[in-house]
Amino acid sequence: MTAATTTKQASNKTNLSGGWPVAFWFLLPSLIGFTLFFFVPTLRGFYLSFTDWNLLGNEGEFIGLENYRTLAGDDNFYDSMLTTLWYVVLNIGSQTILAIMIAVMMDRLTKSTTIRSILLLPWLMPNVVVALLWLWMLDGNFGVVNAFIDWLPLGGLFGDGPFRFFQDVGKVIPAIAAINTWKFTGYTALLIFAGLQTIPKSVYEAGAMDGATELQMFRNITLPLMRPVLALVLVLTIVGSFQVFDIVQVATGGFGGQPGGPVNASRVIYLYIFQNAINFNDLGYAAAISVVLVIILLGVTALQMRLLRAGESDLA
Amino acid sequence: MSTTSAGMAGAGAGGSIGARMGRGAAWGILLAIVAISIFPFYWALRTGLTRNVDLFGGGQQLLPGDATGLNFKRVLGLASDAEIQEATGRENSASFNYVLALRNSIIIATIVTVGQVFFSAMAAYAFARLEFKGRDKLFFLYLTGLMIPPIFTLIPNLILIKNFGWLNSFPGMVAPYFLMTPFAVFFLRQFFLGINRSLEEAAIIDGANHFTIFRKVILPIATPQMVTLAVLTYVTSWNEFLWPLVVAPTDENVQPLTVALGAFTQQQPGTSPDWSGLMTGTVLAALPMLLLFMAFGRRLVDSIQFSGIK
Repeated sequence: MTAATTTKQASNKTNLSGGWPVAFWFLLPSLIGFTLFFFVPTLRGFYLSFTDWNLLGNEGEFIGLENYRTLAGDDNFYDSMLTTLWYVVLNIGSQTILAIMIAVMMDRLTKSTTIRSILLLPWLMPNVVVALLWLWMLDGNFGVVNAFIDWLPLGGLFGDGPFRFFQDVGKVIPAIAAINTWKFTGYTALLIFAGLQTIPKSVYEAGAMDGATELQMFRNITLPLMRPVLALVLVLTIVGSFQVFDIVQVATGGFGGQPGGPVNASRVIYLYIFQNAINFNDLGYAAAISVVLVIILLGVTALQMRLLRAGESDLA
Repeated sequence: MSTTSAGMAGAGAGGSIGARMGRGAAWGILLAIVAISIFPFYWALRTGLTRNVDLFGGGQQLLPGDATGLNFKRVLGLASDAEIQEATGRENSASFNYVLALRNSIIIATIVTVGQVFFSAMAAYAFARLEFKGRDKLFFLYLTGLMIPPIFTLIPNLILIKNFGWLNSFPGMVAPYFLMTPFAVFFLRQFFLGINRSLEEAAIIDGANHFTIFRKVILPIATPQMVTLAVLTYVTSWNEFLWPLVVAPTDENVQPLTVALGAFTQQQPGTSPDWSGLMTGTVLAALPMLLLFMAFGRRLVDSIQFSGIK
């Protein structure tokens, strides 16, 4: 407001407040962006799920709950939901355990920023790059991982190699889960490591004085005290894990393969939505699946927030 | 109490060899994990320096026996037909226009970063410093944007971009991220809230208006945080795959590196794909992020730790 000069004697609060006439100009660009690309599309996404929209000029008829009725009887939907869940369990399970291990080891061994930076490197990479790196590493003919497994004295413990991870119905999801674990473990470990820094060192010193071993200190001090940060990290990573797409699309779509293959063994929910929208041009149905996914993710978040609150009061 | 703890300390000292071995083992595991984080990059580089024919002859030694720069030459578009044939071992191979895709990625990520950081900073200033009716409600509304998975708005946004006539164009690529993201506004507001108000009050008394304060007081103070946000935005934009894939599925004149590299992969035959070329492309696509990492890695570590403590 231009009144700033004339109201020197008035309280600074009024001067600083501005009000809508000033705020409007500061907010204008973000309001346009938010309205056009976040707010209206969200509402429109709900609306689309009640229509038979496609991109070929069909403006879409309102068809009520038709899409949701189809969805309820769609075996492919349940199948891809289960595939996604299996992926989330494998990915979050391995990633979280590894990240806790790394975070605790860093906390107890070294404050080296170099080590922390290197662990973060995979997280910075485009998913396409990550997918290609591992597609080559895990290749059935010339992949170095197969060469390594060959070299290990396992005596065919896991069956006979070479393993064709991306052509094998049973191995494709574990392989993709492992790839994303490689990508996100360092990032997750850093979040947990930061949480660990809030635990006072005196607690460990007291533990050491009482002759506790590292393992006992981990069980009785670290684990209970890091529960809140762990819950927060899990909310972030699980919601992210449900949305796996890029790596599946690139890793299973190359070399004459079908994205989501072999035989739909890696058709996660994001890919199923993508296929319905882009390949089958059924935007209405894709929107309906998206609505269900949003509801599931909100449910997961709400559930975890409750667990998070249950984990409070640890560090008084 | 003191006698027991002395006794326990004695027991602890007796177990110190075990404890030291434990620490050694933990160091070993940690370094192994560090190695696993880097190894795939080395392996891609090693493969990129090898001809396809040599790979198929058992190229699993740690060092390339006969290193060649041929793959880098051809992916950068500098090799002759004969050289390409020598490198790939076949007459026609899928191509990948790295330089063009790199240019597109730089254009997209730069426009998105400049616009998003600046306009989000303006919004963050309003939320952190101005008082207006419905401020907290509006901010909360912005935050709900964080809860909506990108695929949900992908389809409506695609329809909107199509209606604007922006398919296969740079405006279509950058539009959804140019004016704001809820995260950027949230991130900067947190920092603006912590800036001491006395400087602004002095500026107000000197007759400065809010636009001057924003430019001359807030932006200079918040520069480190804005740089951190800019790096995060640049990385996110650079790595984006799904949105450019649906906006420009076929037009390589606007496709960023991620989509071009994905298309290059899809063109590969099922048998004997051009691994050397693919890994060269992968290394080159990773390179800008590696450089960014070397320049700003420490800043990124700090910002992530900050969000972990919050």
